[in-house]
Amino acid sequence: MMTLTSSKDTGRRDPGATGAPGAAGSSGAAGGKPPRGRTKPSGGTRGQGLVAHIFLLPWMIGMVGVTAGPLVASLVLAFTDYDLLSTPQFIGLDNFVRMAGDERFWAAVRVTLVYVLVSVPLQLGFALFLAVVLDKGLRGLSLYRSAFYLPSLLGGSVAIAILWRQIFGENGLVNHVLGWFGIELGSWLQDPSLALSTLVVLNVWTFGSPMVIFLAGLRQIPEELYEASMIDGAGRVRRFWSITIPLLTPIIFLNLILQMISAFQAFTQAHVVSGGSGGPLDSTLFYTLYIYQRGFVNFDMGYASAMAWVLLLVIAAATAANFIVSRRWVYYGDE
Amino acid sequence: MAASPTTSVPRQVTRHVVLVVFVLLMIYPLLWMVVSSFKPSNLILSQTGLFPSEVTLENYADGWDALGSPFSLFLGNSLLIGVGSVLGNLFSCSLTAYALARLNFRMSKVYLALTLMTIMLPFHVLVIPQYILFADLGWINTYIPLLLPKFLATDAVFIFLMVQFIRSLPRELDQAAMIDGAGPFRIFWSVILPLMQPALITTTIFTFIWTWNDYFGPLLYLTRTELYTVPVALKSLVDTETQSGIGTMFAMSLLSLVPIVLFFIFAQRYIIKGIATTGIK
Repeated sequence: MMTLTSSKDTGRRDPGATGAPGAAGSSGAAGGKPPRGRTKPSGGTRGQGLVAHIFLLPWMIGMVGVTAGPLVASLVLAFTDYDLLSTPQFIGLDNFVRMAGDERFWAAVRVTLVYVLVSVPLQLGFALFLAVVLDKGLRGLSLYRSAFYLPSLLGGSVAIAILWRQIFGENGLVNHVLGWFGIELGSWLQDPSLALSTLVVLNVWTFGSPMVIFLAGLRQIPEELYEASMIDGAGRVRRFWSITIPLLTPIIFLNLILQMISAFQAFTQAHVVSGGSGGPLDSTLFYTLYIYQRGFVNFDMGYASAMAWVLLLVIAAATAANFIVSRRWVYYGDE
Repeated sequence: MAASPTTSVPRQVTRHVVLVVFVLLMIYPLLWMVVSSFKPSNLILSQTGLFPSEVTLENYADGWDALGSPFSLFLGNSLLIGVGSVLGNLFSCSLTAYALARLNFRMSKVYLALTLMTIMLPFHVLVIPQYILFADLGWINTYIPLLLPKFLATDAVFIFLMVQFIRSLPRELDQAAMIDGAGPFRIFWSVILPLMQPALITTTIFTFIWTWNDYFGPLLYLTRTELYTVPVALKSLVDTETQSGIGTMFAMSLLSLVPIVLFFIFAQRYIIKGIATTGIK
């Protein structure tokens, strides 16, 4: 967040600041006064346009060939029937119509929404709670922070997905512990009502990275506010709700957006844990997993492209909705 | 930092107890995996403690050769792609970031906005046409589809990180160099790049860890076993689970995590700072 605002600030300063060296360069050669009057600030800078585009050559090739081109191509493919071998057939809105009647599509939507709506709030809740506990001058802070952060680095790997399969297996660690309390369950991964929760737990387990962002945000809250409120007799709980939370809302918002976007795109863990099927009974059929199955297992590239575009629109809509709602609860100081 | 006067000693102690219990709860599965990798497969699930009754290196020996080729091949492939990706990102993102942060040209704002927008773009919207393109060019079962995009500045997060960093450097440095007659390339190479070291290190760490963990790319583009990276090799161990057993899977999984843990231990400062300033995971 801090970086987002600062980028805006420096952005605004840019033209003025860069005007100077450009002017100095050209006036040095002429040996006279800076050519102020007639040239607009942008007109005098045209000279750097060529150099800039040399620097930007890799970026431009990438932007056109790897990003923008494919983005447009997948939009076009979304309206075709294409199996990678024959030429694409234009079929209008057929892919979208098929989607509306595709039970597995709706299963994927359901699974992904549950995953986003359950795992993201839980993850952020843990992250915020531990950030607050760790914040104020605790001995060994960096040690705890490291221990909590480690899972975030490992969580996306196949190795951890393999571990998860064993932990939640029929004789895994989790069932062992539940056994002490007399609860007997079979393998979580074979049970359609439990399989998704193992992946939710896995995502919550990686709360370390939002926690680190929260910790950085907590540092920005001025100590004087707490001191002043203590003089006014505010207790611990009161201070948390009236100072910490309101001043942290921009960071909570940032974390919410980041984690939501990444949760919508979860793939690896579901693919490994379910063995690529999204089972049992499609209970872990993440949206991206279904795109993969349609596109790269069935080679139904048109349909998969249409699905990908729906995902893009949903993520964009969810992000926009968050921004709109954020005006009601995110506090940006001096308003 | 000293404990603030309002926090009493018992309160500090309870806080530590709660935290330690929580840490243990979180880390226990990892510790259990480490210990289990040294146990005979048939004992792993029946023993949930951390003290094995029997210690063996068999899992490592079996796992190493379980896929026909020695596991060192997959580690080497992953290392090659990791290092290549790091070089690609350092090269392309720093060039791009310098131009966007320092050079003065008409489109610079538009380009930066475009770059930032691509950070939000879900990978799946691009991957199908990319696959079709790379397949057409005959690049399936080569590392080109995995490496080339890195040399074309497609990891926009790092451009953002570097732009932020370059903007924090005083412009007087550029101006001084310019007065000495240095052009943009000289300034980039001898002034900006050396000062960007922290941003370059952060980029190196995250690029390496992400490509090391990357599963989707290799899953799509690599179908021949001898080209596999570690994640896809591990997945095929899972697919042959009944023959290989839990122990070998754990052993090889642990090996695959070693580089990440090493980065975590030795470069933590940069990792923490990178997340705190850009929100990368």
